[in-house]
Amino acid sequence: MIEVAITEERAELAASFADLLQRVEALEAGAATQIVKKNKLTIIAWGGDLDRIWPTTILATTAAASGMESSVFFTFWGLFAIVKPGVRITGENWMQKMMSVMNPGSAQKAKLSHYQFLGAGPAMFKKLADDHRVAKPEELIATAQDLGVRLIPCQMTMDLLGLRREDLLDGLEEPIGAATAIAEMRDAAVSLFI
Amino acid sequence: MITATTVDAKGQSCPGPLVSLAKALQKAAPGDLFELLATDPGSRSDVPSWADLSGNELLESSTLEDGTYRYLIRKAA
Repeated sequence: MIEVAITEERAELAASFADLLQRVEALEAGAATQIVKKNKLTIIAWGGDLDRIWPTTILATTAAASGMESSVFFTFWGLFAIVKPGVRITGENWMQKMMSVMNPGSAQKAKLSHYQFLGAGPAMFKKLADDHRVAKPEELIATAQDLGVRLIPCQMTMDLLGLRREDLLDGLEEPIGAATAIAEMRDAAVSLFI
Repeated sequence: MITATTVDAKGQSCPGPLVSLAKALQKAAPGDLFELLATDPGSRSDVPSWADLSGNELLESSTLEDGTYRYLIRKAA
């Protein structure tokens, strides 16, 4: 009689142990696929317009100043904003060269998306910025680098536009591709496309 | 007596005051006190947000007689 009771108890114990093991395994599998977000801001800088590159550099700099990790991935028109100021015509073939003439490099030469007025718009904007002591994008880029913001060029766009590493500002990260950019965004608590 | 280092960011606009403050804090030791002076009205919301994000402590905020905003900050341990 006692023996039967003990056997039953053992069977029950074994069953609940197996159940527990299963649950632990399920939890572990879940944890492996879970994404852990970092206190980090990642911006995809697609636009090279003055009115895009400006907020991009303000936000990236402010995040770094607030103790957050901060990175900016420059792709398409955004890439022209990190061309060295002195560099004029870039590219190997006439199409790439034409692109560089249409999109003069460096943040200093960035155009407004509205009210360009043949350059009068940006000049007025910068005058207002001076009056209000708002740092300009090129100054913010330097501050960003100073505060440890990682500025990352897009390899594919560099190839497409014929931009070489030496055409771009010093102190940038190594160029990366789309998958690495997604990895940057995946672990950032805040990611933006500007 | 602990004295606060003054960061004068008067006249600077967003994000100037925070950048000046962050740069001053980089070289400081945990627990160091800073007095930030700013005229940017945006700093009234931005300095508390910055403290929240960065984990540094905003001990006091006040407006001086000339309208300057004054913030007392302690660097996080």
